[in-house]
Amino acid sequence: MTLWLMAGLLFTPLAWAVLTLLTDFSRGRLVSWVGILVQALVSLGLWLAVNRDGGFYYGLGGWDAPLGIELRVDGLAVTFVLLTAVVAGACGLHAGVYIDPDKPWHRYFWPLFWFLWSGLNAVWLGGDLFNLYVGLELISLSAVGLVALGGQAGALRASLRYLLAALLGSLAYLLGVALMYGQFGTLSIAGVATWLSDHPVPAGSGMALALMIAGLALKTALFPLHRWLPPAHGIAKSPVSALLSALVVKASFYIAARLWLELGQPLGSLAAAQLIGLLGSAAVVWGSWLACRQQRLKQVVAYSSVAQIGYLFLLFPLTFSVSETVSLQAQQGMTLQVISHALAKAAMFLAAGNLILSVGSNRIDALGGVSRFLPFSLFSFGLAGVSLMSLPPTGGFAAKWLLLQASLGSGQWWWVLVLLAGGLLSAAYVFRIYRASFLESSGTDQFFHPSRSLEVIPMILAILALGMGLVSDQVLSVMALPFAGEGAP
Amino acid sequence: MTLNAWLPVFALMTSLVASLVIFALPERGYRLRTAVNLGAAVFKLALVAVMVWGVFQGVEYGVSFTMVPGVDFVLKADALSMMFAGLSAVLWFLTTIYAVGYLEDSPNRSRFFGFFSLCVASTMGIALAGNLFTFFLFYEMLTLATYPLVVHRGTERALKAGRTYVIYTLTGGAVLLLAIAWLQGLAGDLHFQEGGHFGGADPAMHGSLTLIFVLLIAGLGVKAAIFPLHGWLPQAMVAPAPVSALLHAVAVVKAGAFGIVRVVYDIYGIEASSALGLLEPLAWLAAFTMLYGSVRALFQMDLKRRLAFSTVSQVSYIILGICLFGPVGATGGLVHLLHQGIMKITLFFCAGNYAETLGIHRIDEMDGAGRRMPGTSLAFTLGAFGMIGAPPLAGFITKWTMGTGALAADMDWVIAVLVLSSVLNAAYFLPILHRLWFREQSGKWPHERYWGRLETSAWLFWPPVLTAVMTVLVGVLASFPFSPLSWAELVVLRAYSS
Repeated sequence: MTLWLMAGLLFTPLAWAVLTLLTDFSRGRLVSWVGILVQALVSLGLWLAVNRDGGFYYGLGGWDAPLGIELRVDGLAVTFVLLTAVVAGACGLHAGVYIDPDKPWHRYFWPLFWFLWSGLNAVWLGGDLFNLYVGLELISLSAVGLVALGGQAGALRASLRYLLAALLGSLAYLLGVALMYGQFGTLSIAGVATWLSDHPVPAGSGMALALMIAGLALKTALFPLHRWLPPAHGIAKSPVSALLSALVVKASFYIAARLWLELGQPLGSLAAAQLIGLLGSAAVVWGSWLACRQQRLKQVVAYSSVAQIGYLFLLFPLTFSVSETVSLQAQQGMTLQVISHALAKAAMFLAAGNLILSVGSNRIDALGGVSRFLPFSLFSFGLAGVSLMSLPPTGGFAAKWLLLQASLGSGQWWWVLVLLAGGLLSAAYVFRIYRASFLESSGTDQFFHPSRSLEVIPMILAILALGMGLVSDQVLSVMALPFAGEGAP
Repeated sequence: MTLNAWLPVFALMTSLVASLVIFALPERGYRLRTAVNLGAAVFKLALVAVMVWGVFQGVEYGVSFTMVPGVDFVLKADALSMMFAGLSAVLWFLTTIYAVGYLEDSPNRSRFFGFFSLCVASTMGIALAGNLFTFFLFYEMLTLATYPLVVHRGTERALKAGRTYVIYTLTGGAVLLLAIAWLQGLAGDLHFQEGGHFGGADPAMHGSLTLIFVLLIAGLGVKAAIFPLHGWLPQAMVAPAPVSALLHAVAVVKAGAFGIVRVVYDIYGIEASSALGLLEPLAWLAAFTMLYGSVRALFQMDLKRRLAFSTVSQVSYIILGICLFGPVGATGGLVHLLHQGIMKITLFFCAGNYAETLGIHRIDEMDGAGRRMPGTSLAFTLGAFGMIGAPPLAGFITKWTMGTGALAADMDWVIAVLVLSSVLNAAYFLPILHRLWFREQSGKWPHERYWGRLETSAWLFWPPVLTAVMTVLVGVLASFPFSPLSWAELVVLRAYSS
């Protein structure tokens, strides 16, 4: 059973990709919608299986570590697999209606979409450094292709810039992988961790970790390496922006977090942990500040991603040399932040796409009166905004609460200030949009009504982000599931 | 779980579901929307009545589940929560009637009533919250639900007021969150409990506890409009009259005041708050706010702004009352939670009636309006006399009880503050009454409208008349069971005996 689920998860997306490559956009849509249904069911099946039986290591094709493809199927990984199915599925459904099928280059949307999805699953489940690299490359290249689909000259420029950043990040990561293999003779993260637990730390191995994390930080757009993100996310088609902000940047962060949680204690240092936290805080402040100053709607949302990613990096100082309780709270907070930001940001980009479609302009000051003519999409946007402002009862709030507890519990009160200030700053840019849309005295009275299905999808995602806070205890409980392969390789 | 556990959930869900249904209804579905609104309001009134009777009998209502690891979501009904829940349920019903009349034929009614119900759901949650975490949840939800109501008109002025409102309340919310998270780290998940948690607190914790108390009051003080955190309130007056009525009489300012009551009684405990020396400074701050608000009110010529500054002053009565150590003073403060609500909503309803019927917004336009609108003006007069503290109206009961309490607590200076405040109340209300009844109409009304037999639309006429009658009744029947005064005595009895 599990074998089928795993195969379904990793290889069928590739099959969908090949199939859709052979057809035009409309037929590709049909194939993909069937594919989305299959993938969603398979992801749910795996999640349920792990919930029932606990996590396990899985050597693909019978090859075990250190040579084979080793998959780590634990509660966190399957949660993210399920999250991907929800968000990518929603984006795929939205894209099928939103994207104009008559432009010839749009037929490449579906193959790229499916390559992206299989790359994401490979990263969530990957247990060794090289396969993570392969997944990461698959994601980056298809993401760059998706940005380029925007079609305008600006889209091409943004995607090239994105490509450059992604390649540079991969290079740094790969160099780190090579160094690590030279030092420890294994590519499995768990293998390295086991080795380190019975040997003294060799000199210079911290360098390998630093290189990998720096490369991943560039791919995650951590301040000050964030400059490539807003143009790329801002100019892409709305469903693509949603995919990129919700899932793609999380993949590289996820690898960095896994590395840090397993290897940070032996290989990292207090200064490095604090430095990364500081950069994350700078991202929160600077990203929000720039979001407040943007004139175009999608740029606001894109800069908001830069800020929200900053919170994630507080994981590094909050799990280094702290008590078990604090470390657990920080990890739980990070997980919730990833999930709720993914849901809320996808909802926000999709809703923003609808609003732009409706008023026919990307500018914020064109939104006047939209609260009367497109209340449903505005409401989705607003609900997603509540989660980004980390106000209760959303998932964003639960994440902030846990991070607050972790900061207070470890005496690192300076992160408390960042968390509180970040919430207020995000309120500033979210309320700026509300304000523009409530204004009644605008000149335009002509609004285009997007189809119902376009409006419903972001609302569902926004409600999920909102409800995440209420059920966060249950969501987090899968992280505590027994893990069958504990220390196996 | 039994039905009893679920009653608070039902009370909360009533307005929440009503809100969602209203959002889903088309803009033109006027009759259906009104029916849903009033139906939900009546149903909730019944639920609250059942709970009031149950709590009086000593029944426990409550439900809880773990929301985020380490903290619970708790809803429960105790005597104190029923005060706020009852106030909110009664006034929601009347304000809904009023709002239906007030917003007749105006745009965006579906949005308005949706958020209006959401707002009431939040106040219900605030009333029924069983710990600080749950309280905070609904406290922030209230901020978000009221924003669209404040900016409802969509004018530049409304949007500017909305901005000020959001800056004040969200910053207050952040401070409150910090305090709650800190307290949680220090002492775990604290449920509201009569008598508080820090009766015999470790002296080593006194420093942190004092600091947390200051943060809690600062966070809650924004909504309670304590000086110097009151700046948003007069600006928010651009909102439609039913919003001013419900927001300023019930929802927002009371949420802040109610939170302070919870912190002092059910988290710190009155004994511990007093032992930590926290009550005296708060009492001085409240006393100063009372006088400051009244003095500022004297100089406002816009009717709603004058009422707003009067609210700043009146809400601090509640806070001063609970700072008077001893059961009598506490009763005075708590009873004002209800009395001020009833009186102030009357005044705002009347202000809305003058604006809608005659186009009057400023006090110097009110000359002779008593003859044109005798019913409304009579209600206004009763509300104003109540505020001044004329016997036997609601305000008199408050001031009398607080005065007695101050003497019992050896805080004689409070009497002076009460007297001075009443003089100021008279100074800014009596000139209005004089203009209403004793001056001749000076010209044409700015914007007059006619409605058949009554002086104004029936939807607008009856709510203020009813609340004015209530102002009289709660004063005259103060010693009867289930009057606000008796209920406040019940709350205080339970708080002091544990």
